[in-house]
Amino acid sequence: MLQVNQLNVYYGESHVLRNASFSVAKGETVAIMGRNGMGKSTLLKALIGILPTRGGSVSLGGRELTGTPTYTRVAAGMGFVPQGRMIFPYLTVEENILTGMEKAAEKTVPAYIYEVFPVLLEMKHRRGGNLSGGQQQQLAIARALVSNPGVLVLDEPTEGIQPSIIKDIARALNTLKAERGFSLVVSEQVLSFAMAVADRFLIIEKGEFVHEAARADADEGVIHGYLTI
Amino acid sequence: MTVDMFAMQAFTGLSIFTILMLMALGLAIVFGLMGVINMAHGELMAMGAYTSYGTALFFQKFMPSLMDAYVFVGIVLAFIVTSVFGFLLERGLIRFLYRRPLDTLLATWGLSLILQQVFRQFIDAKEVEVPTVSWLKGAWQVTEGIALPLSRLFIIVLAIVTAAVVYMILFRTRAGLRIRAVTQNRVMAGAAGIDTARVDALSFAFGCGLAGIAGSSFTMLASTGPTTGQQYIVDTFIVVVFGGVESLLGTISSAFLIGQMQSWFEFGLGGSMARASILALVIAVLYFRPNGLFAAKVRR
Repeated sequence: MLQVNQLNVYYGESHVLRNASFSVAKGETVAIMGRNGMGKSTLLKALIGILPTRGGSVSLGGRELTGTPTYTRVAAGMGFVPQGRMIFPYLTVEENILTGMEKAAEKTVPAYIYEVFPVLLEMKHRRGGNLSGGQQQQLAIARALVSNPGVLVLDEPTEGIQPSIIKDIARALNTLKAERGFSLVVSEQVLSFAMAVADRFLIIEKGEFVHEAARADADEGVIHGYLTI
Repeated sequence: MTVDMFAMQAFTGLSIFTILMLMALGLAIVFGLMGVINMAHGELMAMGAYTSYGTALFFQKFMPSLMDAYVFVGIVLAFIVTSVFGFLLERGLIRFLYRRPLDTLLATWGLSLILQQVFRQFIDAKEVEVPTVSWLKGAWQVTEGIALPLSRLFIIVLAIVTAAVVYMILFRTRAGLRIRAVTQNRVMAGAAGIDTARVDALSFAFGCGLAGIAGSSFTMLASTGPTTGQQYIVDTFIVVVFGGVESLLGTISSAFLIGQMQSWFEFGLGGSMARASILALVIAVLYFRPNGLFAAKVRR
């Protein structure tokens, strides 16, 4: 489904992502794990096209996406939930969701969104900026889902959200994946959340992948070691 | 104070309000929503006025029998000319400067000087006067003491219709939703799937087109010269900043407040003192509410 080959990102002269290569199969969930500043967000932003890459390639379902603007990648089937959620503060909840439906055939929010996230139906006419962090996270996921992505890219979805909501979000993601069959790339520091959703773990350190494990033979202790200082 | 005088003052305030509103609607989109400090916005109004002037000359010469209808043709043409100009301006200049507000300011200021010189060189260095159409001459004599000039009444109606259309487009259509999403967070709008470059160009063109409508309608009140735009631009920025950027209703309410104050202060204090007190008030309000009078409160 998603093919990433030898991706490199620089901030000015500093080389922050080095030769990142990985692929994600249809319906698979890959968790990118690592401490702060190791390059998780950089990698995901480069995938959706917010950050320019130098060398390397990204393709989705056989379609070459390297160098294309973000909205082309969304149209090609990539959904993005950014770190910090980035809700449009002055748009209502409903309008926030509709912004993700540029290429969708229907003109109203699909019913399954409100079934999975009932709180969004309740808050439909509130401004996005007035929601709590957890509600905004659900809204950001909904906004990315309505473009019917083949791959959903989530950047640190648990950041700043209370534990009970984190569990809800993990459950919702698993339900949605089973129903809709998309792949998931999620960056995380919270091991319990990653264990609840991921099929495979990639550990990133100083801009490079240093460890990979399938869920079946993942050693929580080893991964935990990479996450603590 | 008699009832007649009160009514006339209120009407003057209403008239100034609608003029300010027409001026500010375009800038509310270009500066308020998109954050582009367009110093050439006044010249775009002048461009709209000149378009109207050209239309009037054309009708006078070739279709004198239809002269009464030229006003509407002039307004539509002014919108088209200035929005096309705005579209090209965005594609050719503004889009390279989105993250550099100071450079935008300098570049558009330069553009405004160029445009002024173009008006001077190729149209007329002196002010030009648009012939008033017969049905806008005179005044509506409500009572013996109250006479409302028809041209001002026309602008009041035009401003209200324009504001309503802008509101409907921004808040009731998908195109408006796109504009609002892009202006609130350009990067995220792109990552949500919106073609941001196209939306930027179209909303900038729309804002410029509104400036054209404003300029076109002002030909009914005053003559148009190369420096006409400069007289408009300051008031326009004051209205938008006072109302609070990112808020269309704020812009409208701010135009209303400033218009009414202008009318009443002028009545009580005279012209210059009225201007000075309004500016002082605006400064005081912005000191305590830097985001403007009507900025919406949300968690960002």
